[in-house]
Amino acid sequence: MTMNESNPFTDWAAQVHALFKTNRIELISFVPDGGHKRLIELCQNDSEMRTVTLTTEEEGVAFAAGAFLGGKRAALLMQSSGVGNCINMLSLPRVCNMPFLALVTMRGEWGEFNPWQVPMGSSSEKVLDACGVLVYRVESIEQVASTMDAAIQFAFSSRQRVAVLLGQKLIGAKNFARGDK
Amino acid sequence: MNRLNRRDALREILRERGDLIVVTGLGSPAYDLASIGNAPLDFPLWGAMGGAAMVGLGLALAQPQHRVLVLTGDGEMLMGIGSLATIAAQRPRNLRIVVLDNERFGETGQQRTHTAMGTDLEIVARGCGIENTRTIRNAAELAALRQDIHSLDDVLCAVVKISPEELPRVLPPRDGAYLTHRLREALLGTERALEG
Repeated sequence: MTMNESNPFTDWAAQVHALFKTNRIELISFVPDGGHKRLIELCQNDSEMRTVTLTTEEEGVAFAAGAFLGGKRAALLMQSSGVGNCINMLSLPRVCNMPFLALVTMRGEWGEFNPWQVPMGSSSEKVLDACGVLVYRVESIEQVASTMDAAIQFAFSSRQRVAVLLGQKLIGAKNFARGDK
Repeated sequence: MNRLNRRDALREILRERGDLIVVTGLGSPAYDLASIGNAPLDFPLWGAMGGAAMVGLGLALAQPQHRVLVLTGDGEMLMGIGSLATIAAQRPRNLRIVVLDNERFGETGQQRTHTAMGTDLEIVARGCGIENTRTIRNAAELAALRQDIHSLDDVLCAVVKISPEELPRVLPPRDGAYLTHRLREALLGTERALEG
């Protein structure tokens, strides 16, 4: 399957993009990850969305807060190594009773090749929990849409902080030594 | 070297501010704003150090018809220095960033910041890609800055060199949920402000 084809049963990125659309999530900020490549492209190619490339993940937390103040919905895309960068900034949506929605692609757990990814990958869930962010984990493609839908309702209808962690079983583990791209 | 008084400078910048939204970084800029007043379009941060400019970017993109002023200190801007690159890449025409630069961490004992040790935040901002940058050292430059805050159709970053004196603290409200609702209600109306 090429990057431009969409299979509604297996293409989780297209499902997430569609959920962003139906739920008026228009401002998408990210520090990229290979696992987010297709979702980022779908958002960048959508004229109704604005994508914001960040230099570090906590910028996206503050950006989402500003967007909410102005009446728009934002989502933050990052990989698990970025979770730790967000810790202090997560006090902002928490203290201000703002929604926060993050979609985190996991590294450093299932079949990881790079040991430097393991410390943050294995502590992402605990760090988010300690910062008052509810964590939903997804390990299979069939769960993505329903979990994202629940996370979006929780974030914006109940004004909570929520992160959806996409497991490495779902996005696949990279191995440069084996020649993976 | 000529240094402006921070509250005199801010009073001039915010004179007849109209519907300008003002986000401040934590610490002295928040107290400076509170020394002038306490308005629904004020959003003073009490934490989230390094995040003021990005809160401003979010507001600017969500409210393109409104001008948004981020008013912060040199220490806070240095912590969020990468956000100058993020903002330059977005080029929000309604966002203004004003750094009140006293070259000190004012909240923690007046320790010197990097701007006292060679860092020039105006050059940093320009190097990040923000074309409209300036350093303000006198009343005439301040008056021109005030004009441009209201009339320029492009993102703007100004560094205002201020004296490092410690002034009496005037505290803005620190209930974040209140500040959030107050600003959203002013911008969106009560009904939308209560939604997600």
